[in-house]
Amino acid sequence: MKYLDEYRDPAAAQRLLAEIRKTATRRWTLMEVCGGQTHSLLRHGIAAELEGTVELIHGPGCPVCVTSQVDIDFACELAQREDMILASFGDMLRVPGSERSLLDVRTAGGQVQVVYSPLDAVRLAQKNPQRQIVFFAVGFETTAPATALAVRQAERDGVQNFSLLVSHVRVQPAMESLVKTPDHRVQAFLAAGHVCTVMGYESYESFVERYQLPVVVTGFEPLDLLEGILACVRQLEQGQARLENCYARAVQAAGNRAARDLVQEIYQINDRTWRGFGVISRGGLELRPEWSHFDARLRFEKSELPVLENDACRSYDVMTGQLKPTDCPEFGKRCSPDSPLGAPMVSSEGACAAYYRYAMPVDHTT
Amino acid sequence: MTEREGKSQGGWQLNCPVSLRDYAECVTLAHGEGGRLSRKLIQDRILKILQPVASQSLDDSTRLPHSGQPLAMTTDSFVVTPLFFPGGDIGSLAIYGTVNDLAVSGARPRWLTLSLIIEEGLPLAVLERILESVARAAGETAVQVVAGDTKVVPRGAVDGLFINTAGVGELLEPVPPGPAQLQAGDELIVSGPLGQHGMAVMAVREELGIEPLPQSDSGSLYPAVEQLRLTLGTRIRCLRDATRGGVAAVLHEWAEVCGKTLSIEERTLPVTPEVRGISELLGLDPLHIANEGTMLLAVEQGVAAEAVAQLQMIPGMERASRIGVVRERGVAPVTVQRTLGAEQPLADPLGSPLPRIC
Repeated sequence: MKYLDEYRDPAAAQRLLAEIRKTATRRWTLMEVCGGQTHSLLRHGIAAELEGTVELIHGPGCPVCVTSQVDIDFACELAQREDMILASFGDMLRVPGSERSLLDVRTAGGQVQVVYSPLDAVRLAQKNPQRQIVFFAVGFETTAPATALAVRQAERDGVQNFSLLVSHVRVQPAMESLVKTPDHRVQAFLAAGHVCTVMGYESYESFVERYQLPVVVTGFEPLDLLEGILACVRQLEQGQARLENCYARAVQAAGNRAARDLVQEIYQINDRTWRGFGVISRGGLELRPEWSHFDARLRFEKSELPVLENDACRSYDVMTGQLKPTDCPEFGKRCSPDSPLGAPMVSSEGACAAYYRYAMPVDHTT
Repeated sequence: MTEREGKSQGGWQLNCPVSLRDYAECVTLAHGEGGRLSRKLIQDRILKILQPVASQSLDDSTRLPHSGQPLAMTTDSFVVTPLFFPGGDIGSLAIYGTVNDLAVSGARPRWLTLSLIIEEGLPLAVLERILESVARAAGETAVQVVAGDTKVVPRGAVDGLFINTAGVGELLEPVPPGPAQLQAGDELIVSGPLGQHGMAVMAVREELGIEPLPQSDSGSLYPAVEQLRLTLGTRIRCLRDATRGGVAAVLHEWAEVCGKTLSIEERTLPVTPEVRGISELLGLDPLHIANEGTMLLAVEQGVAAEAVAQLQMIPGMERASRIGVVRERGVAPVTVQRTLGAEQPLADPLGSPLPRIC
């Protein structure tokens, strides 16, 4: 943990805050792409410290928030079937589909098992040969290699009762879709460090060139974030748009070659529906045809239930930086972690949940 | 090898210490039917092991001596999985949990009841091992098991073994007045590192493969409470063992009762590297994780240093720490001052914490 403490040093943070304030001659609007960064910025009070200097807007970087309701509904349906166990990461459990969450289904007797890694789901299948185990494979490129590994392991061990409901999403197409909207407010991006750890950042070269926006690869600790913000502000002040890596201790230009190869071997890129965004071109991953025997969508028939979108939730506006969570008329009123209207409030990485958790509430008693 | 010996040699046995391959007998439904087998189970196994700490009467109820002191009573149920975890097991946990509820209420634990709800198929050797742990913990905390019950339920109805207890203790003067009496300026203290028990259980239950494993803090709080009572007396406002929901849940409960703001500082929170590591990995907050031998206490303004010094002399409480202060009610009932200086509301735990995806 000493390694982390170095990146949480209060004195160094104050120096960087001062440097950012000194460098900025006007108020700049930066988007942090990843939900983990949103939480860190709010938890450590960085967003509040920079108010008036830098406006931090929160991007689409919470894979749980953008998982489509159709997929959650299908997962719920599978969990209710006899002789089946739906395995999922914990933070997917509370996210509502059209009507119910996996937690609701579990309470009603459905088989939902929390796992900590996709390989746990393979082990679950080996321990329960009489049941079908479906792993709800959610996440960005960060978690895709681990689920790819699970597929390869299941193949190697001849595990017949294991399959994946793949809902992996790709972060860069979402950024592209965002900057193509005419009214977007992003002046620079803090790129998601974890995703770049796997995928590298070479592919951002053409992105920066095309859209003329600075992209700075940024980590998650306070000093990482402050250095990333400072790098963005410096570029903006100098009228530049470059790709920079401020997370060099974890991220290489080419990423993690072995993990990338694994993802390449098991998945192919597809168009994917993002919750709140609609279909994003090349925005997801699906199993390659040679691995389709692990595809739960092909293995199990899905009933065609209508998807009931909740129009009270303005998740799209929040996840594109158009609306600050605390400015949403439902925030803290009809929408709270106890009774969320949409995924950004219920997911542990969601922007609304971050504000609910870390922003000091307004005193209504005085 | 005892658990403590195992610990001292640097390696924990994560599974049941009794080899399941070697056991010859299991608890069957017939053991719970009230006939000869039931009597044999109670007399030859349970009472034999609990003999040093248990009333040997098989009457329908037990008479308790009356010392003239007011009594405090509590009840609790223990459903932990796995039954054995680093730092303890369900047997000692049942004793410590009950004893601690009495201790933090200002009572000296005296008597308790022990009800075993056993899943058919539980190896008798496992049951015996747990009862030995009950006997050890009861002996250590000087409580007597005065009544008990045994039920056997079909396979799948419970997870191995559930234990229910009721505990009775004698209230000793001065009894801490409780959270309603909290005043602005009062100081908040925790008696040890946060989240040890919850993380120890989670790490083995979910086979997280963490090295070194967090150790449960399961243990008796009575010696610490007694020490504080003798040295601080009426300067203690309230005490609470921070079990499910962790320290955050206790802070919220107290804030609601007293109508003040309880404000803590992140940099003062004692957390072991193991617990901190898992928390970082899974996106959990040690303030929300369960403890079993760690308490939160509030003392009068200016008393914290003395209270912390007293606690730090007690084995297992070397990391006792003053963590915050009571203030007049602000906009949030509980706040935490983060390391970089930001003051934020501390979330009231919502259900069980769920690990994040990445």
